[in-house]
This record gives sequence, C-alpha cells and structure tokens, in this order.
Amino acid sequence: MNFEDIRKRALQEWQEFQDPGKARILIGTGTCGRAAGADQVLEVIQKTIVEQDIEATVSETGCIGLCYAEPLVELQKPNGPRVLYGNLTEESIGPLLTDFFSGDDLNTSMALATTSAVSADDIPPLNELPMLKPQVRVVLKNCGVIDPENIDHYIASGGYAGLDKALQMEPEQIIAEVKASGLRGRGGAGFSTGTKWEFCRRAESDIKYMICNADEGDPGAFMDRSVIESDPHAVLEGLIIAAIAIGAEQGYIYVRAEYPLAIQRLETAMEQARQNDLLGDHILGSDLNFHLQIKKGAGAFVCGEETALLASIEGTRGMPRSRPPFPAQSGLYGKPTNINNVETLANVPVILREGSDQFSAQGTEKSRGTKTFALAGKVTRTGLVEVPLGISVRDIVFGIGGGIPGGKEFKAVQTGGPSGGCIPAELLDTPVDYEKLAEAGAIMGSGGLVVMDEDTCMVEIARYFVNFTQEESCGKCVPCRLGTHQMLQILQDITSGGGSLDDIALLEEIGHSVRLGSLCGLGQTAPNPVLTTIRYFRDEYEAHINDSTCPAGTCERLLSYSILPDNCVGCGACIRACPVEAITGEKKEPHLLGQALCIKCGACFDVCKFDAVLRE
Amino acid sequence: MSPLLLFSPDAAPFFSRTIKGMLYYSAAIRRLCDHGGTFVKEQLNEIFERCDGAPSDLIPILQDIQDVLGYLPREAMTETARFLNMAETSVYGVATFYTQFQLSRPGRHRIKVCHGTACHVRGASEITKAVAAKLGIGPGETTDDFEFTVEAVACFGSCALAPVMVVNDKVYGNVTPERVVEILEDLN
Ligand SMILES: Cc1cc2nc3c(=O)[nH]c(=O)nc-3n(C[C@H](O)[C@H](O)[C@H](O)COP(=O)(O)O)c2cc1C
Ligand code: FES
Repeated sequence: MNFEDIRKRALQEWQEFQDPGKARILIGTGTCGRAAGADQVLEVIQKTIVEQDIEATVSETGCIGLCYAEPLVELQKPNGPRVLYGNLTEESIGPLLTDFFSGDDLNTSMALATTSAVSADDIPPLNELPMLKPQVRVVLKNCGVIDPENIDHYIASGGYAGLDKALQMEPEQIIAEVKASGLRGRGGAGFSTGTKWEFCRRAESDIKYMICNADEGDPGAFMDRSVIESDPHAVLEGLIIAAIAIGAEQGYIYVRAEYPLAIQRLETAMEQARQNDLLGDHILGSDLNFHLQIKKGAGAFVCGEETALLASIEGTRGMPRSRPPFPAQSGLYGKPTNINNVETLANVPVILREGSDQFSAQGTEKSRGTKTFALAGKVTRTGLVEVPLGISVRDIVFGIGGGIPGGKEFKAVQTGGPSGGCIPAELLDTPVDYEKLAEAGAIMGSGGLVVMDEDTCMVEIARYFVNFTQEESCGKCVPCRLGTHQMLQILQDITSGGGSLDDIALLEEIGHSVRLGSLCGLGQTAPNPVLTTIRYFRDEYEAHINDSTCPAGTCERLLSYSILPDNCVGCGACIRACPVEAITGEKKEPHLLGQALCIKCGACFDVCKFDAVLRE
Repeated sequence: MSPLLLFSPDAAPFFSRTIKGMLYYSAAIRRLCDHGGTFVKEQLNEIFERCDGAPSDLIPILQDIQDVLGYLPREAMTETARFLNMAETSVYGVATFYTQFQLSRPGRHRIKVCHGTACHVRGASEITKAVAAKLGIGPGETTDDFEFTVEAVACFGSCALAPVMVVNDKVYGNVTPERVVEILEDLN
C-alpha cells in the first residue's frame, strides 16, 4: 500500500470524526477514567441516548491528563460549542445530556473547558486551564484527543509520516538526525539515544533485536501506561524507525502485567499496523522487515533494568548481569540489542517528521525537548503533564498541580521513585533537567513525581523505599542484598523509637558502600532516598531518635494514646477493640488506658465515635 | 532384548526415564485431574500446543496456566518442565522469582490493595486495615472458605486516583475505609 493513499483515507475519516455539524459524545476510558467510574458513566450514556432519542455518536478516547477530574466527558452539539465536563457520576451524566442536547443549558458550573473554536460564555478554553497552560505537548499531543484504537486518527494527525520519511533515508542519516536532536533516554539513565543506536548499528551480526521497555516499575509513575493506552501507534512508529536505524528485524515490547488495557491497545495497534503494511514484511513496499511481539512481565521491578529484562525475555529468572558487554554488543540470545523506553520512542516520530531543530528548540542546553511527568500524591491536581525541560519544580507542583490540598504545608517531592531522592521546599526552584536534579541528590528518573505534605514522615518514607528495594533486590550481589536489608533494619528501629544517634552515620556509611558496590542500577541507586532524606530532613531523624517523637505524627509506634475523660461516655468499644486488654473501666464511666500495656496499635482510636481517644 | 537386560546398568537411565517417569507422570495427571473437579490436562495441552517449546516460552506458559487455574499447582509445574524438557527446579526457580505467580490456591475474589508510593502517602495502610477488619485476613492470606485472597501490590498506574484497590481486575480509585466495606459487601 502506498503511504499517500493511506493518508488520504485517514484524513477523510478524521474529518468525518471532527465534523462540527454532528452531535458527539467523547469519553475518556483509560485506566484512570475507569478507576474513577467511566465504565458506569458510559453505560448510562448509552442508555440515555437511546431512551431520549439523542442522535449522537459515542467514542472512547485515552487520557488527556486531567486525572484528578476523571471521569471526563466531552460533548459536542451540532454547529455549537464543544464542552469538556469533569467529575461525572452515574447520577449526574443523565441530566447533563438532557440539558445539553435537548434543552439549551450548558450547565456552566459543571464544565471544565471548551475545546472548540465556538466559544461558550463563562467557560474557559481548554489550553487556558491552569493545569494545561504551562504545558508543551509533544508526546502527549494525541492523548485524549484521538481514538487510540483507530489508526486513521493517528495517521491524520501526522502519524507514520516520520516512518515514511525514514524509509527514504539511510540508517546513518536517521541516526544522525536523532543524535542532532539531543534526545536522551527517558527511562532513567538519560543516555543519548542517537549514540546508543549508533553502537548497535555498528555491531556486526546477522541478527539484531530492538526492544521497547514498557515495564514502568517505579511505583507512583504512569506516564508510559498513559502514552501506550492513549496513543499506542506513536510508540510503534518510534519502535519501527529505531529498528530500521539499527538494522533489526525482530523486536519485543516488554510490558508489565499490571497494565492489561495497555497490552490490549498495543495488540490492536499492531494488528492495524500490519494490515496497513507498516509492520511485518516489506514495510510500505520497501525491502525492510520488522516483526514485533509482546512479552508480558511477571511482576519484578528489577526486570526494568535492561540486562534483567533480557534474561526475563529469554525465560529465566530476571537477574541483571555485569556490563560490559553492553546489550548493543551482546544482548538478547547474545545478539546486538537496543533497548529504549516508551517515551523515548514516542519522541522519535516527531523528530523525524518535524526535524531535529524543532525538537531541540525546547529544553535546556544538555536536556533537550519535553518530558512527561506523573503528578501524584498530596497535590490538588493530579495527572499526567508534559513540560519543556528546565522548568522549575515549583512551576510543576504549584503552577500545574495547584499546590497542596487542604491548606497543608508542602514538605518535599520525590522524583525517580525508589531510585531517586526528595527535593525539599528550599530547592523548589531547581530546574528540572538531568544534571540539576542529580546535583540535588535526586534523579530525573522516568518521571514519577510524588508530592508529600507536612503529614508525611520523611524517615518513614525512607523506610518505605528501602523496604521496596530490599524486597525487589534479586539477591545476586551481596552489597545490594545485605546492604538494603541492614538499612531497612536500622530504619525500622528508628521509626519504632529504638534508634541511636550513631545510626544516622551508619546509614550513610552503608548507603555509600551499597551505591559503590552493587552490580546494577537497583542497588546503586537504592540508598538515594535514605541519603537525601538525611541530607534535607536530618532534624526528623533526630526527633525520632532523641525525643522519640514523629513530627509528622505517622510513625505509629512513637505515638501515645490516652483517653479524654470529658469526652468518654463509657461505651466500652475501645475495651473490646484493644488486643492487649490495656483499657479498663466500668460501663458509662470514663475508661482508663494503661500506658505500660499499650502496644500503640491505634485500634481504640479507630473505633472511638466520641473523639475521646487522644493520639499525640 | 532379554527381559533381564532391563535391569542392567546400561538400561538404568532408560528405565528411570520411561517406566518410573510414566508412573510419576500418571500420578501427577491423576492429581491434576482432581484439581477443582475439572479436567486440567486438556487445558494444559491446549496451552502447550500454542507454543513451540522453546525455553523462552516458560514464563508465558506459567502465565497462561495461572490465568486458567488461578495459581500454579505443583503438578502443573512438573508438566511444564516435562514439556519444555528442563529441570523442575528451573521452573520452580522462575515461578518463585516473579511475584505474579501464586503457588497456593487463591480465593474466589482477589482483593489487591496498592502500596505504591502515591497510594502509600495517601493512606494505603488504612485501606489494608479496613480490608483486614472486614475479612479478618492480611496481605498474602486467603480466607478458610477460599472466598477471598488479599494481596499488597506495588502500583497499578492509577496513582492520580490514589489510594487504589483492585477487586477481580476492576480498578477502584480514591477508595476510603468506608468504600472498602461497601465494595466488599457488594461482592456477595
Ligand atoms: C532497577 C531498574 C529499573 C528500571 N526500570 C525501568 C523501567 O521501568 N522502564 C524503563 O524504561 N527503564 C527502566 N530502567 C532503565 C533501563 O535499564 C534502561 O536504561 C532504559 O530502558 C533504556 O532506555 P532509554 O535509553 O530509552 O531510557 C530501569 C533501570 C534499573 C536499574
Ligand atoms: S501508587 Fe497506587 S496506583 Fe500507583
């Protein structure tokens, strides 16, 4: 099939889809949308349009990134405004549809934004929303806009034009273009993508492999999931271009098993690409072939590390090995292999289509382009964002995210998950680029940003991350296996009130050894959360150790419980709930809590309906 | 070949591979057939038929078995080892390395509470506590009547709606201890 013909067909399909003369209902049904109840809302929509004879087409899209306002629905009236509504429920959607299509009421108070050229009074245009205004969307351009299960939508918005262009180029030219763009790996390490491709291109072998790393193991990150769910063809196109550049005819996408919808959307996209001669033998009539297969992960964080990932594809325990040899020389089944992250690959079609200059116009000297972040935790507007590199952490957390909910105080933001570190309030103006974040002790990581407020205990957070890495350590090398275990023991002591002041120095010493001595990135970065929390929140460590108090009030073992006689009505609920019989008292008389027996489980606090249990 | 030769040292490997192997094999199959009252061997063969028996098929096979049976009974791992012509220890090694694989029979309803970072800072432990209060079991446990299994999982990628709980593959966002009770009660 000729690409021009494919494109003509796609444009026609897209025009029909975009026809402002038609009534339309769009609903975001990514994982986030579904978790917020989009499935039920969709059911009511389908029922309502039948019952009320509303002549509108219903389509599903991916995630536009305003996850805090899910479920999101966009309504378009023939030749009228197109409006996005958020936080819908099974109850509110029915009346909204009636008002919108049959009445003439836009329900302005429920509307988030307009998305059409036709303006609607009082409703701001979408790109003027505080969450979207500072964003620059390259990778997320199509997310929530096109139907991810329709290849024509992707092609109509410029898709596969990069591949078409790449097919007219020599592999070395493709690599030069990607190198010139300054694109660095978005999977964590930030290595130059073009240079990595060049290594693999130069390796001599009859067989080479191209792999997409969609393992996204950082708990608290969901950029890769959203991109795959909302725009799977962008990842496929990047993957095919990369395969052509390095000379691979076989490839794999390694996706984590917890992402069933992403896997399903990829399968659909691959089938459509095959039908359009974009994948398989003789891509667009050329003599180039590329065959792709999905491999499902089985729940091991370490398998995001490239050599462990290769072991997992080969069917063995996913344990990393030492490098060199790098996968570019000896990877899957000993053959030269290139591994790239989902977002890295999603940037590639744009670079080819629009040129490396266009790409590198965004960002800073050494960190070019844009980066997606998953904004989560104690922040008002959670969701998926994309910003030019170099923007400050403050602009993301406060500008885009809207700050901390409930009038609480910002404490820190964790970047890079268990491999990263925290950035405290005094460093909020740090620009987000690879080098600046590393200087602050954190890392860019893959893009998870978890915001913490005054109620989050930083010692407990360090314990949480070390617990995670200790459980996920594959056990192959001693520093990581035993070092994370020792750090965890010490942190458990401190958070339960049994720490000593020497422990802080000991944690630092072990941390440095683990960082230096571990075999792979998991161990080398595991101490980061501990070292950065000590660096910025030493006072919290000291309060736990010296005063046996947890300033944030979260370390259960450091809290004390007592009963307020004035509030206690003597109902006996706490007596029954206490597992160690520490509470005594007669019915209808104020009860008494024996401190010597109390194990600080909090059961009495949880059951008391009269606010009579004091926790401090 | 004289029958006596069967007992010669040369025949030992042959002997152990065929007769003993067959005895073991049929015992394994018999136990498998008892599993949950369904005829499992056919299901296993169906799974095996879909792949070409390369070592890289191991993880997909175990995933398929778990999809069908809910967990990996020992006999199914034995069968897989035979099919892929590898040591049982290798299969067991892989099954125990990846947290997705369950080696014991799970309950009818699988309750997964996310303990990823975003959920952790937004109160995942309260959710686990509420589940424990309702069902009487903690993460990694199954109720005696095999109705419920509770698991702690690290991140479903719905972090923007933390805390998150997944019940039989349906994702619930922004859950509260009160919602937990409702969701669990709706299951019955
Ligand atoms: C413990 C560990 C976990 C990792 N997890 C991921 C992951 O989930 N996704 C990812 O793309 N890269 C992950 N990486 C980084 C990969 O090893 C590799 O650098 C990356 O996939 C290369 O792609 P890029 O050059 O496009 O960034 C991880 C590394 C380590 C050490
Ligand atoms: S941290 Fe719970 S879904 Fe990601």
